[in-house]
Amino acid sequence: MDATTPQRATDLPVQEIDVTTDTRDILAHANQGAKKRGLQDWLICDVDAHHVETVSWHELVEYIEDPVIRHQAMLFHKEKLGGAPYGLNGDMGLKYQDVGGRIPHQASLREKTEPGTHRDVTLTRRAMQSLGVDYMVLFPTPMLTLGLHPQPEMEVYLGRAYNRWLIDKVLSVDSRIKTLAYLPFNVPAEAERTIEEFADKPGVIGFCVPSTRHKPVHHNDYMRTYAMLEERGLPIAFHAAYHWQDASLATVNRFLGMHALGFVWCNMVHMTNWILNGIPERFPKLKSIWVESGLAWIPFLMQRLDDQYLMRPSEAPQLKKLPSAYMRENCWYTTQPMETSNMKALELTLEMINAESQLLFASDWPHFDFDLPQEIYDLPFLSEQAKRNILGLNAAKLFNLDPTPVKRL
Amino acid sequence: MTDYLVCDESDIAEGGRRVVQCGQHEIGIFRIKGQLHAWHNICPHRQGPICQGHIYARVIEPVDERGQVRLLQYDEGDQHVVCPWHGYEFNLETGRCNGNDRMKLFRAEIAIRDGAIHVIV
Repeated sequence: MDATTPQRATDLPVQEIDVTTDTRDILAHANQGAKKRGLQDWLICDVDAHHVETVSWHELVEYIEDPVIRHQAMLFHKEKLGGAPYGLNGDMGLKYQDVGGRIPHQASLREKTEPGTHRDVTLTRRAMQSLGVDYMVLFPTPMLTLGLHPQPEMEVYLGRAYNRWLIDKVLSVDSRIKTLAYLPFNVPAEAERTIEEFADKPGVIGFCVPSTRHKPVHHNDYMRTYAMLEERGLPIAFHAAYHWQDASLATVNRFLGMHALGFVWCNMVHMTNWILNGIPERFPKLKSIWVESGLAWIPFLMQRLDDQYLMRPSEAPQLKKLPSAYMRENCWYTTQPMETSNMKALELTLEMINAESQLLFASDWPHFDFDLPQEIYDLPFLSEQAKRNILGLNAAKLFNLDPTPVKRL
Repeated sequence: MTDYLVCDESDIAEGGRRVVQCGQHEIGIFRIKGQLHAWHNICPHRQGPICQGHIYARVIEPVDERGQVRLLQYDEGDQHVVCPWHGYEFNLETGRCNGNDRMKLFRAEIAIRDGAIHVIV
């Protein structure tokens, strides 16, 4: 050590990260980590990231098809102060996502953006660059509970408006940003109409059913929707969320508990119905993706359903193999939030779901439990090929994307 | 090892911080209960920028003699820095993670010379 001529330390430009901090500063370490691991040469597809569509709700309502509802919504946003976004039901729990202000990027991204480019394009590009992502699939946030709206037609109005607005303002601007378009699932005929209208639009690589809803996925009314998706080779994603109106979760008082259970429970119920009613047998080429429930629930449900099925096969007569076989062969899963507190359990989970072909990386940025691509890269028990598949190549195959990396770190 | 001059000792007030670049290293220096503590700006969870996080007192929930609870409280004597990425909390004096004793922040070496703070890395 040369104590006589000390060098000068320099202050970091951001001393304390808050809601105004630029995404690139928040994620500076992520970018360094991606470069250090050489992810420039890896295809990275982020199959679940988010934007806050309600920031642009005043724009979005202009895309509502119904002229009367559109007029009402536009007047609402022009004249009312302090109201919630027009037509949204929302959930009280969203107030707690940022852990009482501890995680600023979850609370808000109020950074400066360039004039002339839509805010959501800029924020998404910054996140892609920082994380080292080639393609990012954007999902809405407050709209994830729209399936519980007491007026089913409101899901139709707002779901279609969202799809049109997103394509117009975001997807048509940057071909690296993709969507699984919103399906207004509570009105099956409108879900079919949505597929007809949006399947070939730029940036649409499949369709999404927000999972918080009380409609059974095996109802006969949905079979045409599934047939249409299967015929087009487009996946259907069930994106999890939670809601405090679920009677089975009514006693949960901590948001931690609600988030831990709610984001899994909705997809466990849908998956159980999906498998036991033989949807994969009826539509063997239909690819379902189970989004944002983490991974630890899958081994439990596989074992539980297998055990029960063998004792009661007469109650699931369409099945020709074990429930776990359908879950492993016909279903895809996104990684986030990947449970890592027991690495042996994680290793077994990835083996049980055949992660090498069925697992898709997801960051869930900018939410409080987001994951980085390096979480997959650093797993000690996977081959390099398995890591490459999970981080991007499985998604490229599933969504028919060019597997050549296009990002610049 | 290289010696980096950071600032005057008095430049970091009680509860304050200075997060600096020292070559390849990012170091956060905090003053808690009059003492300076320096930590590498790397969260042991996922390498997040821990030293750039908000500071919160630890939250406690007192239990009365009947085993019942009523209010949450802040323990002002136990100051935590919170990772802005995922919310992991660490005691600023010990570096210990709230909830996982096996996880700790990485302490950095500092020295005070002629009233100035130096980082040695």
